[in-house]
Amino acid sequence: MNKEIPEFTCDAYDVAVIGAGHAGCEAALASARLGCETICFMVSTDTIAMMPCNPNIGGTSKGHLVKEVDALGGEMGRNIDKAFIQSKMLNRSKGPAVHSLRAQADKQKYSNCMRKVMENTEHLTLKQAEVSELLYKTAEDGTKSVTGVKTVSGGIYPCKAVILCSGVYLNARCIFGEVSTFTGPNGTPRATHLTDSLIAAGIEMYRFKTGTPARIDKRTIDFSVMEEQKGDEPIVPFSFTNTPEDLAREQALCYLTYTNEETHRIIRANLDRSPLFSGDIKGSGPRYCPSIEDKVVKFPEKDRHQVFIEPEGEYTNEMYLSGMSSSLPEEVQIAMYRSVKGLEHAKIVRNAYAIEYDCINPMQLYPTLECRKIKGFFSAGQSNGSSGYEEAAAQGIIAGINAARKVQGKEGIVLDRSQAYIGVLIDDLVTKETHEPYRMMTSRAEYRLLLRQDNADLRLTEIGHEVGLISEERYRKFLAKKQAIEDELERLSVAVLGASASVCETLKALGTSEIHTATSLLELLRRPELDYESLAVLDPDRVPLPADVIEQVVINIRYEGYIERQMQQVEHFKKLETRKIPEDFDYDAVPSIRIEARQKLKQFRPVNVGQASRISGVSPADISVLLVMLERVLKDSGKAKQEQ
Amino acid sequence: MRFPSPFFSTEKTGAVAGAFPGYTCLHKVTRMNNDTIAAIASGLSAAGISIIRISGPDAFGVASKIFRSGRLAASSVRMEDWESHTVHYGYIADGDEIVDEVMLLYLKAPKTFTKEDTVEIDCHGGIVVTRRILSLVLKNGARLAEPGEFTKRAFLNGRIDLSQAEAVMELIGAKNDLAVKNSVKQLRGTLKKRIGELRKQILTDVATIEASLDQPEYYSLEGFGEKLAESVKTEREAIHKMLCSADNGRLIREGIHTVILGKPNVGKSSLMNALVGEERAIVTEIAGTTRDTLCEEIRLNGITLLIVDTAGIRNTPDPVEKIGVTRAHEQAEDADLILYVADASSPLDANDRDILRAYAGRKMLAVLNKTDLIGSGTVSDGTTADASNNASRNTTEADLKQLLSECGCEAEVLLVSAKEGTGLTELEEKISDMFFAGNLSADDESVITSERHKECLREAFESLGKVLNSIDSGLPEDFYSIDLMGAYEALSRIVGEEVDEDLINRIFEQFCLGK
Repeated sequence: MNKEIPEFTCDAYDVAVIGAGHAGCEAALASARLGCETICFMVSTDTIAMMPCNPNIGGTSKGHLVKEVDALGGEMGRNIDKAFIQSKMLNRSKGPAVHSLRAQADKQKYSNCMRKVMENTEHLTLKQAEVSELLYKTAEDGTKSVTGVKTVSGGIYPCKAVILCSGVYLNARCIFGEVSTFTGPNGTPRATHLTDSLIAAGIEMYRFKTGTPARIDKRTIDFSVMEEQKGDEPIVPFSFTNTPEDLAREQALCYLTYTNEETHRIIRANLDRSPLFSGDIKGSGPRYCPSIEDKVVKFPEKDRHQVFIEPEGEYTNEMYLSGMSSSLPEEVQIAMYRSVKGLEHAKIVRNAYAIEYDCINPMQLYPTLECRKIKGFFSAGQSNGSSGYEEAAAQGIIAGINAARKVQGKEGIVLDRSQAYIGVLIDDLVTKETHEPYRMMTSRAEYRLLLRQDNADLRLTEIGHEVGLISEERYRKFLAKKQAIEDELERLSVAVLGASASVCETLKALGTSEIHTATSLLELLRRPELDYESLAVLDPDRVPLPADVIEQVVINIRYEGYIERQMQQVEHFKKLETRKIPEDFDYDAVPSIRIEARQKLKQFRPVNVGQASRISGVSPADISVLLVMLERVLKDSGKAKQEQ
Repeated sequence: MRFPSPFFSTEKTGAVAGAFPGYTCLHKVTRMNNDTIAAIASGLSAAGISIIRISGPDAFGVASKIFRSGRLAASSVRMEDWESHTVHYGYIADGDEIVDEVMLLYLKAPKTFTKEDTVEIDCHGGIVVTRRILSLVLKNGARLAEPGEFTKRAFLNGRIDLSQAEAVMELIGAKNDLAVKNSVKQLRGTLKKRIGELRKQILTDVATIEASLDQPEYYSLEGFGEKLAESVKTEREAIHKMLCSADNGRLIREGIHTVILGKPNVGKSSLMNALVGEERAIVTEIAGTTRDTLCEEIRLNGITLLIVDTAGIRNTPDPVEKIGVTRAHEQAEDADLILYVADASSPLDANDRDILRAYAGRKMLAVLNKTDLIGSGTVSDGTTADASNNASRNTTEADLKQLLSECGCEAEVLLVSAKEGTGLTELEEKISDMFFAGNLSADDESVITSERHKECLREAFESLGKVLNSIDSGLPEDFYSIDLMGAYEALSRIVGEEVDEDLINRIFEQFCLGK
């Protein structure tokens, strides 16, 4: 149909990033900041860091991811700190491990701020163009490696590494009722060629589905019948580079209302017109982000569902209806939304819709996010079958770092499950078979108590510094904080109170039992009825410390037993994690591994014994056998070396 | 790139090993080689002496907690100071109670099979005593060795060479599969069910907590701690009961699970009584007398046989009898050996055919009972003079053989009169022949699996105790999940289930999460 488009060669780059969503931005910034000449492609420069679904960043476990990205030297935390209009720490009444920061974003501002950073980063070139082909060469031994990308208009960009961050744009289709539009989210152009090129290169593709609710004109909503949802004071910043004082600002309100029997009746009466139930949508949707019709069908006993109404930004009247994503026909949507209390006269600015898209099977990736089949080809974000802005950003920064390191001839970095939620996320993606978009959850992290949002800097700043994304100044500040925590822990353990009458009197006044022998302040702090603040009267030598230092000190003392237990588990975990499996390991030479396990191991080729043990269908017995066999390989190669 | 641990410890030494034994993990557990392991090193079935081997850094510590001897009591010499490779006479004691008189072999590293400190306890054999000692060893700090683990350690510590190690791997692979299969199979049906219920309850509680942690604005945990404390207490009691019964050896079935099967009134109960040697089952002339299953243990040439009498199988409208029939089928499903009983004095019919078809391919012996009601010789060849009268009403050996082969059952036919006691010796010999030929599963596996079960139950019990502690000390709800999952994981190991995605799946099943 098309005339042959003549090819032409453009400038060469070290790294090409396909897409400028949340994964693409972090990937491109990391790569450029590490000194690689980087080009970032996008279907439209107006869609940089676009938030096409919910207007917030963070939330349970996702907030952890953002803080980790920040600790590594990523942009998302700083960017949301610039663009938020409401901030909240969720789960404050629970343990510190599940405290989760979430901020409502001014979407346009978020996008603008990120665009400004992207446009002004050295070594980074932005290019509005649809990438249609991945270019690679095949060596004599069959190994493929990336040589560049080609755009729809015939431009060939030679490069050494390519990072796929295509989000939901590959062959996207938006659906509501009987209507299908062949666009990306929000009516943006989609990418129609790249999937075929990837398949031709031997990449296995999946088709996933997700969805978004309608946006309503604020002026048509009756907020007086809804519950107000306020932000927190003082604000906790996402970025460790900001202080609460830096971020003080007027906060916007969100609102809570509910669906009702009438809403559910309308939905049930029109289920046959829902593409989800009529079979028009073939893609696998996520269980955790069900459309309202899914919820009504799956939980018929619930007579109402919560709906949170959230502003999309300061310069728009559009309000997001959290909890009511849908793909019902437009007129049903109108009736359904108008049945909700406070929305009786609602005018829909944008319809709710479901979106289907192509992504890759992430089990084709190494934990560095490099593709096993094509050297130098990386993938991050929704193109790896994850969902969520934060999950995307987390993969983006890792892919960006590792693509740059690849180009620079350095070993890739992998965060493991005991170091970061990012590690859990990527390990799950590349190790466990996914059949739905993957969302982070705190229950997915087995070392949850160690992976807190409050200590993300302590866990990862050193790595970010080593990699080269953390400035010397920031690193010095970090080391000072770390030292202050250690010093204070030490001081509290040696500051001992005698069991004098006056001390006991004070303790009683503080609502706790008296002491009978000399007791350290550290011991006293373990008592749940005491806190750092109230102990001040018994601690004359105390010098004022920053709140974040005190927080670490108190958490470490109070939850020490649990923390140590998890640290023991981590020690155990690390042993398996550090047992590397040679890439060419011959599983067929280990007859006593069961057939099912052998097939899985051959198929997925885990990089270490820890990863092998997490593959479903591989039993502890198989791992025992594998360990023994690896020992043998090690000894054999040792022998061979000696003989040489 | 490797980085140092960023976590702080308030303990200067950082040495925390041993502070929390029996740690738990949300995911699969794979053992490493730095702890102390123990197992029964001798076969159990007919041996006069059994050996329990303990190996690892704490082998002497474990042994000294349970070994009593005059020498130890009289002098201040500690076991650690003994000379290596010596034999010591003494007793194994559980507190004040003497369990058995034993010889203790004391072997210091590295000149041992595993190159680790090793203790071998030679006791008087017998399943009960051996198991009790093993149980004590485990209670005092060792853990049960995985199949082939001693040999694996021997290899990893450079004690044996590669060709030997390959044999070990075969063993680990094959035995573990079998062990898991057996341990699940040998669990009593009711226990399996109860553990299933416990797991379900625990997982539901964790899912409730986790859903609320994930969506705090949608789900509240108001007052959940108290409710949880109640259900955890109930769960602990249930586990405690199981542990008690485990000590009595009732946790699992022991011996060869032999099920007597047949249609009503073919003399199943009489056969049972004849084998057991006492009137255990009620025998009447009325078909369908045995309405439930009866169970007896007998010793046969040193083998333990667990014999189960079942209700006769037929289509019946009687609801009580129906339950009996269902139970009979359940028992037969689990059987190691089926004794199919047919009546020589009445013809085989469609009912026999249906039952036999259902158990085609199973280990089976066919018993042609009531031979006393038929003239001698008639049964075996069916061609004697009065055959014309009885042929249509009787069943011959040939008839039964033919039906067996038609139904795909490979079984020898034995002629028995339970009433007269004839043919019983032959039947018993046949069973023990099958056992010694390796055609039936042996006892020792069940002892090991029983210990595995107990270890897991203890772990679950302790984990639930920690949950109660966390609730009592007012810790936030997310701390409860940690030990609840520990308990869940331990219980899952008993029934041979992997935990993997259970929790995430349950959260999605039960809670409506969404943005």
